[in-house]
Amino acid sequence: MAQTKAAYTYLAFINLIIVELKNHNKEKAMNSDIYKESPVVHQPAFIDGHSVEIPLLKILQPNGTIYDGAELPNIDQALATKIYKTLAFHRVLDERMVASQRQGRLSFYMTALGEEAASVGGAAGLEPQDMIMAQYREQGALMYRGFALEDFMNQMFSNEKDLGKGRQMPIHYGSKALNNMTISSPLATQIPQASGYAYGQKLQGLEAVTICYFGEGAASEGDFHAGLNMAAVHQVPVIFFCRNNGYAISTPSDEQYAGNGIAPRGVGYGIKTIRIDGNDILAVLKATQDARIYALKENKPVLIEAMSYRLGAHSTSDDPSGYRTREEEAKWQEYDPILRMKNWMLAQNWWNEEQEVELFEELKEQVLAAVKVSEKIQKPPVEDLITDVYDTPPKLLKQQLDELKVHIKKYPEAYPFTAGRIK
Amino acid sequence: MAQINLLQAINSALDIAMTENDRAVCFGEDVGHFGGVFRATSGLQEKFGKSRCFNTPLVEQGVIGFANGLAAQGSVPIAEIQFADYIFPAFDQIVNESAKFRYRSGNEFDVGNLTIRTPYGGGIAGGLYHSQSPEAYFAHTPGLKVVVPRNPYQAKGLLLASIRDKNPVVFFEPKRLYRASVGEVPDEDYQLPLGKAEVTQQGSDITLLAWGAQMEIIEQAAEKAAKDGISCEIIDLRTILPWDVETVANSVIKTGRLIISQEAPLTAGFASEIAATIQNECFLHLESPIGRVCGMDTPYPLALEKEYVADHLKVYEAIKQSMNY
Repeated sequence: MAQTKAAYTYLAFINLIIVELKNHNKEKAMNSDIYKESPVVHQPAFIDGHSVEIPLLKILQPNGTIYDGAELPNIDQALATKIYKTLAFHRVLDERMVASQRQGRLSFYMTALGEEAASVGGAAGLEPQDMIMAQYREQGALMYRGFALEDFMNQMFSNEKDLGKGRQMPIHYGSKALNNMTISSPLATQIPQASGYAYGQKLQGLEAVTICYFGEGAASEGDFHAGLNMAAVHQVPVIFFCRNNGYAISTPSDEQYAGNGIAPRGVGYGIKTIRIDGNDILAVLKATQDARIYALKENKPVLIEAMSYRLGAHSTSDDPSGYRTREEEAKWQEYDPILRMKNWMLAQNWWNEEQEVELFEELKEQVLAAVKVSEKIQKPPVEDLITDVYDTPPKLLKQQLDELKVHIKKYPEAYPFTAGRIK
Repeated sequence: MAQINLLQAINSALDIAMTENDRAVCFGEDVGHFGGVFRATSGLQEKFGKSRCFNTPLVEQGVIGFANGLAAQGSVPIAEIQFADYIFPAFDQIVNESAKFRYRSGNEFDVGNLTIRTPYGGGIAGGLYHSQSPEAYFAHTPGLKVVVPRNPYQAKGLLLASIRDKNPVVFFEPKRLYRASVGEVPDEDYQLPLGKAEVTQQGSDITLLAWGAQMEIIEQAAEKAAKDGISCEIIDLRTILPWDVETVANSVIKTGRLIISQEAPLTAGFASEIAATIQNECFLHLESPIGRVCGMDTPYPLALEKEYVADHLKVYEAIKQSMNY
């Protein structure tokens, strides 16, 4: 009986503190100034769900000329050449790796065909100390940062030289040295993490921001809303970069949301927001450069929505012919961001057709040669099964590994990758 | 040495951790100026500032996602989930992210600095959403450590060890004992080891094993059994993952009998894992089947809480059954 009484007293205690909390907010902390600017009306006035007008930033025209009055990003020939070479590398790597997958040499691949400008241009607008937290279709950012061709290959072939120790499917790259967070398959988990990462950067007074990439499909996940709201409330220097490429696997964006894309959600969270042509490398660069300056100076987040189109399949396991037309794809071919940049480079006299042919041929050869090297490198050792689960393997894991080794030695022909080299 | 309650012990550990490392930050719903709905973080915002102890929006997946990012960045996040019953929106962030961060990156990145504190358990008339003991869900996830203290002394030493441990730790605090459990706790810094069970009472006839608030239940049962002349050895598991098989097995080899008691439902609870492992380790030493005294396989009740819980009388009956097998 005494116990029951104590329990109910305890519950009363919880109720008490909840009441106290409400009073506390009312008297001391609640700030309603933000609502004061609203006009007061006496008839119901519903705001239209599409009333937020979202301008679209375009700088570069498909023919390679600049729109009248367009404000250029901070760019010179050296930067432009680096960006263009990265885009070319991206295009070649994607084409060759899809071919390798078709030949059965690789299990899986994901291209970023037609939307390479978003990742490459974003990375080019940042500094090396800025953290990149990507979804999975942003290998262009890593390329720009200098992730080596062998590093890409070793990851894709899950061999013992993979930085990720052969644990994740192809294209889940990551590099601490390049401040590029390792990719995680679950969608949108990196969004609240980016808010936390940027909070740490701010707390330590670092001259650095975090960029967080995701797609319009991932923006339906709870983590998107959690991450944007927390970034806004806690005032962190993070750039949320949405690649709106029209499709989440087979689901078109009009079955993903009913609003005007992702940008109005930024406004909803009180976040400075911009929508850009994602296939316009100069618009991507300009928006990212300006967003970085703002995020660092104000310690506040920015949302960039880059409108683009996924010209390729979702992955090598997907066939878009089941859910969209060739006509639709052909229309978007005309907006190829790489061709558009090339036209601009040619017009600037920063690039010529000879260089173009030479670059693409050289890249193809390099990629083919790298495939042949990496696919022959052996798998990671069996000991890697239990490392990095914890900082050091607990006793039970060591025991499980010992038991496995005994088993492999008993049936070596069933485990050809590891049987010959058990330590 | 001061006599303090479990909440004060938690508060003291947080104070020490935040004093020694200016990268340590505490946050969660109502954690800031108010000090948490149980007051575990009381006074920390005043002492360390709003940037290091703060309220978050009401979004558990956001709290843990934010914490994962902070930990990956090199900060030391100590995130609070207000009730363990509300940890599930953050399940993906904990199970797919915190637990796998180091492994999936080949040790390029990790969130070893992360500690998640959360009050768990029943006995407070909290019904189905303020009483759950969800430790087994997390115990099924390689990469996490799962820790549960039984009293103020243990809480402070284990929490400091959890904060400093280089792996993500889910730290379950027995909320029934927050104010009810009072004991001597040193003012100064100390740590208790993770992954190590503690034999709290030597005995020869039967081993009783529990963790957290359930410890006082098995102690009461042992007292009652002692009057019947039964000598119970009592073990506090303290860390659920990775757990100390050796201490439990050594005890069972000595006594030949084992009763495990947990607040959580019987089926697929952590007691089941212990029973399976110990029958494997100690098969020829066992004098009777390993007993599990647990919550029933129902949601946690309200009006019928007293009937539902694994109380000392149910543990006592299990002891007698085991002895008379």
